[in-house]
Amino acid sequence: MTAIPDSAQSDGTLVDGILEIHAGFIPLIDCAPLVIAREQGFDTAHGISLALHKDVSWANIRDKAEAGVFDCAIMLAPMPLASTLGLGGRAPVPMIAAMATSLNGNAITVSRSLYGEMLTADRQHAQAGGMDAAISLARVIERRKGDGSQPLTLGMVYPFSCHNYDLRYWLAAAGIDPVNDLNLVVVPPPLIADSLKSGRIDGFCVGEPWNSVAVAEGSGTIVATKSELWADSPEKVLGMRAAFVDDNRDGVERLIRAVTEACAWLDVPANRAAAAEILAKPEYIGISANILARGLCGSLTRGGVFNGNPEGETIVFSKGGANFPWVSHAAWLLTQMIRWGQVRTPFDIAEVARRVYRPDLYRAAVAPLGVTTPEMDSKTEGGGQFFGGGTFDPSEPLAYLERTPLRDTNIDLKSFRRTPV
Amino acid sequence: MPEELHAPCHFEKPRKRGAFDRRDAVPCLLFHRRAHKLGKSQQPAARPTPHNVPQRKAKNNHARVATRQINPGAGKSTLELSDTETAIKILVVDENPIRRAIIEEGLKLAGYENVVSLASTLRLVDHIYRLDPDVILMDFENPSRDVLDQMFQISRIVRRPIAMFVDQSERGSISAAVDAGVSAYIVDGLKKERVSAILEMTISRFRAFDKLRAELDEAKSALNDRKIIDRAKGFLMKSKGLDEAAAYKLLRQTAMRQSRKIADVAESLLSAIDLLEPPRGEK
Repeated sequence: MTAIPDSAQSDGTLVDGILEIHAGFIPLIDCAPLVIAREQGFDTAHGISLALHKDVSWANIRDKAEAGVFDCAIMLAPMPLASTLGLGGRAPVPMIAAMATSLNGNAITVSRSLYGEMLTADRQHAQAGGMDAAISLARVIERRKGDGSQPLTLGMVYPFSCHNYDLRYWLAAAGIDPVNDLNLVVVPPPLIADSLKSGRIDGFCVGEPWNSVAVAEGSGTIVATKSELWADSPEKVLGMRAAFVDDNRDGVERLIRAVTEACAWLDVPANRAAAAEILAKPEYIGISANILARGLCGSLTRGGVFNGNPEGETIVFSKGGANFPWVSHAAWLLTQMIRWGQVRTPFDIAEVARRVYRPDLYRAAVAPLGVTTPEMDSKTEGGGQFFGGGTFDPSEPLAYLERTPLRDTNIDLKSFRRTPV
Repeated sequence: MPEELHAPCHFEKPRKRGAFDRRDAVPCLLFHRRAHKLGKSQQPAARPTPHNVPQRKAKNNHARVATRQINPGAGKSTLELSDTETAIKILVVDENPIRRAIIEEGLKLAGYENVVSLASTLRLVDHIYRLDPDVILMDFENPSRDVLDQMFQISRIVRRPIAMFVDQSERGSISAAVDAGVSAYIVDGLKKERVSAILEMTISRFRAFDKLRAELDEAKSALNDRKIIDRAKGFLMKSKGLDEAAAYKLLRQTAMRQSRKIADVAESLLSAIDLLEPPRGEK
């Protein structure tokens, strides 16, 4: 009776109606790819229908994705890896990262009083910002040790998060032991600015808009952005149960196309302000568009100067092939889990990274869009801005860990050697 | 207060610097607590086993026994649970006072008398150390779930088997919990049957609460309907000189003719009046 849409016709796997995909997100600016896919109609254009569900905690996102309440979610990049490995005392649930949905986008913010201490202790490095800011923080910690002050407490959002690993890396690079020299605690993003204001934490690493909220409230100063630590570093992925892909391969490919187009839309500079307006709606983030625009449009109010590629100061959704799920990103994240003692049972890093990050799926999905994808699945990470120097060679993750100072030395790296299949 | 002894407070009393090596520095918060609970003789095992739990409980139950005896006759099911089991300390974290009360009540009816509840998640970790519960029940929709998750992941790192999220081997119970919106953190290696029973009870209570809320909403809207109908009746009585029964009849007939609800007809009438008449003090 009615004409079948072209996209469905060309594919032929959708027989009756369109697939409805339930997707979870946490209200942060990097939920934008899902929101825009829905609001700008990229979902229906690709023959799927997105039902979005806002959630309050990463543990909920994990549980609901694992239990199948959500079909997919914007996840912290380490989450599908952690679920697959069954970390945190849980049963393993094989998950995949179908694509990366954003790079960069987080920042490290300290309280105004701690920033004051940093300026006093080492004005030059505090004002330099980025990796250097940690050097001034190290001076503060040294001084506080000397006069018997309480150790500092820093907040981050979830143990299996890039925030956790980035913050620890940033500290460790300046010689600060993130385990012994201070307290690291989890604070849910919406409570993070309040915790800073009430003095329960002295600083935090979180995604936007929560850094800008603390700045706008006058309680915090941004001292480093994620892209200064590692330019174009992994942050969020589109995660889902491996079983969902097996059962709905066509639907997942459509989803990847819809979200890839939403990401491309988001990286058109002229669209960022419109995105801020959309995300400001109460059903999404519910924070004023002006505050959201700071993180989206590259107008962060910060202490010190930005020392990175100006293109990369803000969150990246699409530019430079940002959506490609690099297996080397997965391998690096796995090394950080080992570094900080989150996983002790030996496993094969390369095998797990390949099982969870799925460049094959991504390539197949975006081929009809004419999106060019790299030929390699992995690349040497770093070279540019990478935690103050060095590189990560994904073919030698254990050698990388062995060279890394300040790691959980109770973990026997030899036990992680590749086992014959 | 014996419970105050093991209260290393995360924010207010941070641990001494340099006193621990990296391996146990952050997790030491839990270590203190376990040292107190386990006693020195018992080494932590790699996984909780049902066997070591009653033994440990038996050693540490003095405070709890006293609490239990305050209210010895609450519910028949108490008889089915052994002393050790009723002494399980359950912490309910729920910002909603009504649901909190419903859960507390349900747990008590099921024979669990050592139930403590928190209305706020402020300083949640501190409270958990102070209260030292065996099971924590929490509203799924509370952002502070991530705080608990970290707490238990840390404990895993030091191989102290004190945390689980329900029972991972039972996918069904997880789905049910997720569905109902309750998260349960089992702080100790409790018997599986106990955990399931507590969780089941909580899930049914959560659902009962949802039903109650739906009914309340319905009742509220019914009350609202009545008010609207009364106002519309009042207007008809005044403007058309009808008595109350006739005014109601007119509304009902109109509703039947238009296949609408009487309240909808009354509402349309009232909004029409609002449009036609200059605003006055509502009476």
